[in-house]
Amino acid sequence: MDWAVVLPEAFLFLAALLLLLFGTLFERQAARWVAALAVLALFVAAFLVLAQGGEARTAFFGQFVVDRFSAFVKVLLFVTAGGTILIATGYLQDLRLERFEWPLLALLATLGMAMMVSANSLLALYMALELQSLPLYVLAASRRDSLRASEAGLKYFVLGALASGLLLYGASLVYGFAGTLSFAGLAEAAQRGLSTGALVGLIFLIAGLAFKLAAVPFHMWTPDVYEGAPTPVTAFLAGAPKLAAMALALRLLFGPFAEAAAEWQQVIVLVAVASMLLGAFAAIGQRNIKRLMAYSSIGHVGYALIGVAAADQVGLQAVLVFMAIYVIMTVGCFGCILMMRRGGRYVEQIEDLAGLSRHQPMMALAMALFMFSMAGIPPLAGFFGKLYVFLAAVEAGLVWLAVVGVLTSVVAAFYYLRIVKVMYFDAPAQPFDPLPRPELHAVTAASAVFVVGFLFLPGPIVDTAQLAAEALLP
Amino acid sequence: MSDWPLLSLVTFLPLVGATFIFFIRGEEEVVAQNSRAVALWTALVTFLLSLLIWAQFDPADPGFQLVEKSPWLSGLGINYYMGVDGISLWFILLSTLLTLICIVGSWHSVTSRVKEYMIAFLVMCTMLVGVFSALDLVLFYVFFEGILIPMYLIIGIWGGPRRIYAAFKFFLYTLVGSVLFLVALIVMYLETGTTEIPELMRANFDPGLQLWLWLAMFASFAVKMPMWPFHTWLPDAHVEAPTAGSVILAGVLLKIGGYGFLRFSLPMLPEASLFFAPLIYALSVVAIVYTSLVALAQSDMKKLIAYSSVAHMGIVTIGIFTPNALGLTGGLLQMISHGFVSAALFLVVGVVYDRIHSREIAAYGGLAERMPVYAAVFMLFMLASAGLPGTSGFVGEILVIVGVFMENSWVALLAATGMILGAAYMLWLYRRVVFGALVKETLRGIRDLRANEIAAFAPLVLLVLFMGLYPQFFITPIAASVASLSERLMEVQVQLASR
Repeated sequence: MDWAVVLPEAFLFLAALLLLLFGTLFERQAARWVAALAVLALFVAAFLVLAQGGEARTAFFGQFVVDRFSAFVKVLLFVTAGGTILIATGYLQDLRLERFEWPLLALLATLGMAMMVSANSLLALYMALELQSLPLYVLAASRRDSLRASEAGLKYFVLGALASGLLLYGASLVYGFAGTLSFAGLAEAAQRGLSTGALVGLIFLIAGLAFKLAAVPFHMWTPDVYEGAPTPVTAFLAGAPKLAAMALALRLLFGPFAEAAAEWQQVIVLVAVASMLLGAFAAIGQRNIKRLMAYSSIGHVGYALIGVAAADQVGLQAVLVFMAIYVIMTVGCFGCILMMRRGGRYVEQIEDLAGLSRHQPMMALAMALFMFSMAGIPPLAGFFGKLYVFLAAVEAGLVWLAVVGVLTSVVAAFYYLRIVKVMYFDAPAQPFDPLPRPELHAVTAASAVFVVGFLFLPGPIVDTAQLAAEALLP
Repeated sequence: MSDWPLLSLVTFLPLVGATFIFFIRGEEEVVAQNSRAVALWTALVTFLLSLLIWAQFDPADPGFQLVEKSPWLSGLGINYYMGVDGISLWFILLSTLLTLICIVGSWHSVTSRVKEYMIAFLVMCTMLVGVFSALDLVLFYVFFEGILIPMYLIIGIWGGPRRIYAAFKFFLYTLVGSVLFLVALIVMYLETGTTEIPELMRANFDPGLQLWLWLAMFASFAVKMPMWPFHTWLPDAHVEAPTAGSVILAGVLLKIGGYGFLRFSLPMLPEASLFFAPLIYALSVVAIVYTSLVALAQSDMKKLIAYSSVAHMGIVTIGIFTPNALGLTGGLLQMISHGFVSAALFLVVGVVYDRIHSREIAAYGGLAERMPVYAAVFMLFMLASAGLPGTSGFVGEILVIVGVFMENSWVALLAATGMILGAAYMLWLYRRVVFGALVKETLRGIRDLRANEIAAFAPLVLLVLFMGLYPQFFITPIAASVASLSERLMEVQVQLASR
């Protein structure tokens, strides 16, 4: 077996073990170092992925695969996760939650995500998914003395376990009817025509993944968990895991089940429409910015699923571009939310942002850019993500889906605009505390620059996304 | 000199100026002064450069000139593609001129958040010039929607008491229209494999598909224009926006709808345009008569001018959808003239609003006594708005009415009543505000125009008179482009008639 194939994952795994050792030896004092080293490890892993080159290779008897698609998603995953750990540390210090377990669990979850992206059999898929989920359950509940956080953690765990059960049941059905777990074998079986039982299994698999993606109707956990979990955990949940779950869905649907596209397309279309509608309308009444972001993420998943529903290479590329832009702007947006500290306490109501543009013009500008970008207003990056997705939908003959998409994005624009309104038009509230955290400011600023700069230099993301799409769907 | 990317320079220079202002730091008062200065110089240089576009423009060539092209969204084959023709030339100059006037005009009247204000106007200028010079659909759309961001902020931050409602209404109303245009854009791209406007003009879309595409574009441009019954955002936006915001809104933003019809609907979808022309005529006639009557009933000066804009835009849409050269030229000239006149009228209202802080007509009366220069300026623009011969307002209206008379005499007749009503509400407004005895205590100390206000009005006064007396100057550069468009439409009309 060629160990070079799993080098980034193996490196992350060893790094996690070493950091665990280091953390247990030095306890509390080590927390900062563990966080810094975890970020470093993620960036090194990203370089290792790049160093692997683009050719498709497998390991573990075909259970694990690397190609341009996995490389694209993994680099994005590691960078997003690294950025989130960076912006989280200061906040956790303030809450006295600064334990070395935090970055470690995030690291392990990221390892699970990377394996999800490379999973090439149903067994590997399930293992990777669980490796990703379990650390996240712990993270969501990490604020033990808070009732809300515990509730959020428990809710996340119970519903997540249910989703895992659904997924596992689906996998067993598929295995029972198709006789194999490997994606290659499933692809062959699909070419001969899938039996109804296997299709039912596929639906269960999609349901499980829809839970991880927080797509309607499996979204119920999202607002509560987003609100209840400590903000850095929310930031982490909103970015990397969504990307990983989407990548997994893409590999599953465009790989072994590509032949069954006509069947799963209907399901995806339904989920996409429901997610866009709910994301747009339910967010209007929200007062808590984290809850609002939860609904916003539901809506965004809906848009991404439009690209999946297109079920061709253009759609695949569109989803990758869309998700890349989405996770980067989400990190920046949470960077701003993490700056909302007043009188030593963190606040998270939208009204708390009132008149922000007077006291902290740079932060207000960054937040406004993220909001306009999420609303899909050009010339910001978010518009281009949506453009690609709608383009894919129209090309696949789903014009009506694109129309639903653009109309819900108008509804959604209302609540994004409301945040800009609160920051720019309302009378100033108390200013936020100045936070001397260069890493937080740097990550947020980098994300804001990306949102503006994408217009001028779309190439790196768009072109590599195309290569990734070609790798998965030649 | 001729191989300089002149259009990009004019487009992005204001953005560079805005970036520069963004980095100004220091005491609030100093920042305000420096921001004003940087904005003024940027706008001035931009305007002078845009004059170079005019100087290099060859009026005999109906095609696109000063073309620039470089790869952009490479995977989709979408390029950064800019150029100018007779239809867009004057709009580019109008945008740069009005930006300059806005900055001069709000020199004293804007005192809070000057830095952000100037940035917003310069960014807006970039978007406006970009809209008129983009030769790629996606690029056009980026600028087209990008305008919403600075305008939303301008209305919302520096606007009147109901500014938030107005800002939201403006943003969402326009957004609904434009997202449908986005879908149409994507469909056109997938039909032809290109988003280049010159290519798409040659594409012959299937007539059935044209109807759908036309309706999607109509949703966007009719809201922007605005045409009755999609105009309700306009009075709110105008009333609440700060003076300069109204100026740019009425002066340039409203022209984007007309420009869109001329650039996309007519040349790309000629069959559908002719098919829907009666609908446009009907809506325009209603707009002219109905909104003129509504304007007559207003007690708020800005609202009155806002409704008069809707009526004038009715004339424009009639002209644009009249396939002969007279109508098209008239529609274009009417847009340019309205750009000068409505901008000036909002400045006129802004002058007294800055002094008295009321837009109610009833709060004024007898201003001629204390403000003779103001009264003269106001009179000129009031008469231009009513379409008095010798002013710019007359040229466009008469061309449109003559043009449409050849097509449909009833429409011409009803449009002409608009001119009468227009004279009625403008003259009445003028009488109530400027004439009569100066009886109100608050008005006793009112002072005449300041130097910066005169500087803002001067170019508009000259242009309105110049265009009224020598319209050929404005017609020459647009004639070739209009003629080629008109020929195309006439051909299609003949084809349709023979079928």
